[in-house]
Amino acid sequence: MSEERDVSVVVREYSTVNEISGPLLFVQNVKGVGFGELVRIRTPAGEERRGQVLEVRSDLAVVQVFEGTSGLDVSSTSVRFMGETVKLAVSSDLLGRILDGSGNPIDGGPRIIPEDYSDVHGAPINPYARTYPREFIQTGVSAIDGMNTLVRGQKLPLFSGAGLPHNRVAAQVARQARVKGTGEPFATVFAAIGITADEARFFREDFEKQGAFEHVTMFINLADDPAIERILTPRMALTAAEYFAFKLDMHVLVILTDMTNYAEALREISAAREEVPGRRGYPGYLYTDLSTIYERAGRVHNAKGSITQMPILTMPHDDITHPIPNLTGYITEGQLIVDRGLHRKGIYPPIDVSPSLSRLMREGIGKERTRQDHREVSDQLYYAYAEGRAFRDLVAVVGEEALSARDKIYLKFSDDFERRFIGQGEYENREIEKTLDLGWDLLAALPESELKRVDPATIKQFHPKYRAGTGK
Amino acid sequence: MSEFKPGRIERVAGPVVVASNMLGARMYELVKVASTGLIGEIIRVEADRATIQVYEETTGIKPGEIVERTGSPLSVELGPGLMNQFFDGTQRPLPVLLDKGGAFIRRGISAAPLDRKKKWEFTPLVKKGDTVIGGDVLGEVPETVLVKHRILIPPNISGTLKSVVSKGSYTLEDPVAELETNRGMVKLYMMHSWPVRVPRPAREKVPSDTPLITGQRIIDFFFPISKGGTAAIPGDFGTGKTITQHQLAKWADAEVIVYVGCGERGNEMTEVLETFPELKDPRSGQPLMERTILVANTSNMPIAAREASMYTGVTLAEYFRDMGYNVALMADSTSRWAEALREVSGRLEEMPGEEGYPAYLASRLAQIYERAGRVKVIGSDSNKLGSVSIVGAVSPSGGDFSEPVTQNTLRIVKVFWALSKPLAERRHFPAIDWLSSYSLYLESLENWYRTHIGPEWSALRKDAMALLQRDEELREIVMLVGPDALSESQRVILEAARMIKEDFLIQSALHPVDSYCSPEKTFRLMSLIMKFYEKMKAGVGKGVSLQRALDLPVKEEIARAKIHPSQAFEELAKHIETNMEQQFQSLSTELLEKPAV
Ligand SMILES: Nc1ncnc2c1ncn2[C@@H]1O[C@H](COP(=O)(O)OP(=O)(O)OP(=O)(O)O)[C@@H](O)[C@H]1O
Ligand SMILES: [Mg+2]
Repeated sequence: MSEERDVSVVVREYSTVNEISGPLLFVQNVKGVGFGELVRIRTPAGEERRGQVLEVRSDLAVVQVFEGTSGLDVSSTSVRFMGETVKLAVSSDLLGRILDGSGNPIDGGPRIIPEDYSDVHGAPINPYARTYPREFIQTGVSAIDGMNTLVRGQKLPLFSGAGLPHNRVAAQVARQARVKGTGEPFATVFAAIGITADEARFFREDFEKQGAFEHVTMFINLADDPAIERILTPRMALTAAEYFAFKLDMHVLVILTDMTNYAEALREISAAREEVPGRRGYPGYLYTDLSTIYERAGRVHNAKGSITQMPILTMPHDDITHPIPNLTGYITEGQLIVDRGLHRKGIYPPIDVSPSLSRLMREGIGKERTRQDHREVSDQLYYAYAEGRAFRDLVAVVGEEALSARDKIYLKFSDDFERRFIGQGEYENREIEKTLDLGWDLLAALPESELKRVDPATIKQFHPKYRAGTGK
Repeated sequence: MSEFKPGRIERVAGPVVVASNMLGARMYELVKVASTGLIGEIIRVEADRATIQVYEETTGIKPGEIVERTGSPLSVELGPGLMNQFFDGTQRPLPVLLDKGGAFIRRGISAAPLDRKKKWEFTPLVKKGDTVIGGDVLGEVPETVLVKHRILIPPNISGTLKSVVSKGSYTLEDPVAELETNRGMVKLYMMHSWPVRVPRPAREKVPSDTPLITGQRIIDFFFPISKGGTAAIPGDFGTGKTITQHQLAKWADAEVIVYVGCGERGNEMTEVLETFPELKDPRSGQPLMERTILVANTSNMPIAAREASMYTGVTLAEYFRDMGYNVALMADSTSRWAEALREVSGRLEEMPGEEGYPAYLASRLAQIYERAGRVKVIGSDSNKLGSVSIVGAVSPSGGDFSEPVTQNTLRIVKVFWALSKPLAERRHFPAIDWLSSYSLYLESLENWYRTHIGPEWSALRKDAMALLQRDEELREIVMLVGPDALSESQRVILEAARMIKEDFLIQSALHPVDSYCSPEKTFRLMSLIMKFYEKMKAGVGKGVSLQRALDLPVKEEIARAKIHPSQAFEELAKHIETNMEQQFQSLSTELLEKPAV
């Protein structure tokens, strides 16, 4: 008994690395090492790196090294087991700061005085403690507010592709997102996961330009930073976010970009461990692993704050069936699709509303939240847009002559919808009423008898024809 | 301290721990791991070594720490207090965990599944001197307004009652009877426990001739499931698995619902918790939560407990079946359960099968679904029936139905509701694909539908399905050569099929009225559409223009009929029929007066 207590207080240092494989170290003859504990590694050059225990046996520990294993050797590398898990020093001082992907400040600012140390892996929220998210967040972007409404506590990712303007969309959302009629404290936590320095700079400058940087915390792992650190970066960001939301009662928007790079890092570790791969070489536990990130969103009883997540991922080859977007879609509460076709047409933001979905929309809209006609307008817009797009396909086969007058109206509607409703300025912040009225203006081009998804009473109240009549 | 010598941990890899010095340990025995006493279950025994799956996070656990055996397998507590309760995968009550530990589930926290202090009104139904066997009803407790909890003699014991308490209120710790068995005197409580991996015994399985009415038109009309049946609902993300499962949990005419949220979202469980108490059971008018048990092991909760959650759920279902109830179990999602199997199998370094799933995936799935069925329950009353129906969601990766979990499930279940991504993208909900879905219960249920709903049920169903199939063929032609290629009578088919799709198949789960549709209304609504089709066909055959028929006001009335309440539907249907008669009549009269040119 006493022997066990002894080993747990003494920091144990070993230089018995006997194998290095990819990002992993195999350390022999260890004693009293705990699963998942934090490891500090001193390289032969005297530099310090961090790692985590992935597996322990009676005399062997498998350690993943966050900063990578290059430069390590079996003879002079030394490994210290710290007897605790990876933690982030949390504090309100984190706001306005820039940290690296492992949580060390890199902005030259003062030392962060910790108020607490939190395990970056968090703990699962008791589902009984959750409050269902239903508070409308106005992003000022019609494709989102009107058609795929975001609510506080939701996890709604952007599925995009290489070279598409997903960063601009996310930055616009971060700039404009507000809950109407409240001045409650808010924060944005941003995690750069293996993106380029240009992309990270774009976000930083955008936050700074708004003069709101004191509400922002950035965790930065760039493309040329260690890949395995990416396992930590989103968890660091979410640990900070949980502290802001559930200790400091703030409403937090978390942007994680690019989750594809995160999944690549996970795959690298899995390959090094020679695990049986699942689909396309990704580990079989990718779903579960991603869920331990995405489920760290929401609201809980007895805390005023909330965590809303907007992860960004670039779909390899724009393929939505690829395991990363696919498994993400299985966890998040909908998805916004950034579409190459719309982007080529010059439409910004190129959000394709048809395959996009906000699963929490229905609870977040309507009377007292947005406006009572919201559900019907968006249903009718969806229907009409889908109808118009179907005719586009048909025109491609049989030519426009084959279309009836009704069909042609829909065809034109779908073009106008893309240009005027979806399309908007990068700095244009549309009020929800404006978005809905715009929807009505477009629907007014259709014969009234076509508006079957809208109640006649709603038409009387909101259709421009009648609105004009009431002497507006 | 336990009576067994403790083992020593040798290896920790995620949820899997290997311990030595475990001679005598049995498969599926529960153990306490390390000084924190984390609960685990033995899943492999080799000589003196045991491999353990741990139901909580293993962070910080070290080789050398001890493992204590408990001598008993993972079991659930069965007794009053189950209804309207919310458990995790190993039956820890989540509300109690919240009280004890706050909004986040910390490690090592434990709580008794059933409340020991609460008093229940117990009415004995047996008396001193009675001879009883396992499954007999000892007494009753009005647990909720919807469920009378029958206190059962546990399976596998029998004897003569030496004493029975009188009617009154008791806690679960108070004995309510004493039973003289051939192995001695046994105290009986309102609660007993049962190992989750062992199916509760039944007298025999009997074929089912009654549908589980779900209130969902496409299911009840085209692809019904029987009471005691099995169904799978596979679909890519966002196609409506969860909403469909919620719909069944709300509206299915079962007496007890067990909803297992297995590796899915936390908010979806919250949604059930917040909405079910507000919704009224269409038959009794009572809040739906009063007949519901929730078991939730969300995706971010420990994966081994996710594996256990299915067994926990099925055992609870069987227990209420044994009381003579029809129980429906929803599992969302069986794919996440299969992934838990794969995860643990991978850590065991077992030989992987397809896509890394263990070779025993198929047999484990079959064992779960095999616990469904309509049975004669054990006990002295040899004619008492109960049933467990199981509906499993399947989440195929990449939306590809050829993957192992979908394929192995389809080999077992009798009903297949295939969700279609294109339908979901068109917001056609429920997005159940009518051409590839099937139910193998149609024949055995036919008689029920004939006698309870209408003798024309089967014929109507066949005609409607034929029409939908014809529609598909015609639409392919249109995509190839354009709409002009179709004759007027072929267009009639397209238009009728469109009515079936929009006015019948589309059923909004969110609409207060349309969410539930009685089977009578379902039947009447389809007869109206098919009648309209017949008239349209006849009219066009005689030279009436199709457009004129489509413009008849009665068509709009049919379109709006589905949002008319079930109770008052017959009246509306009669009214629509009269209008239909008159309006088509006037079209033909018009035709006689002004013959077409
Ligand atoms: N019957 C229905 N009526 C109305 N809307 C529906 C219906 N079924 C599905 N939907 C819509 O589809 C969305 C997705 O449904 P759901 O959450 O059930 O999908 P899922 O198949 O469970 O997805 P996942 O695999 O990601 O959990 C819902 O949020 C809702 O908008
Ligand atoms: Mg679901």
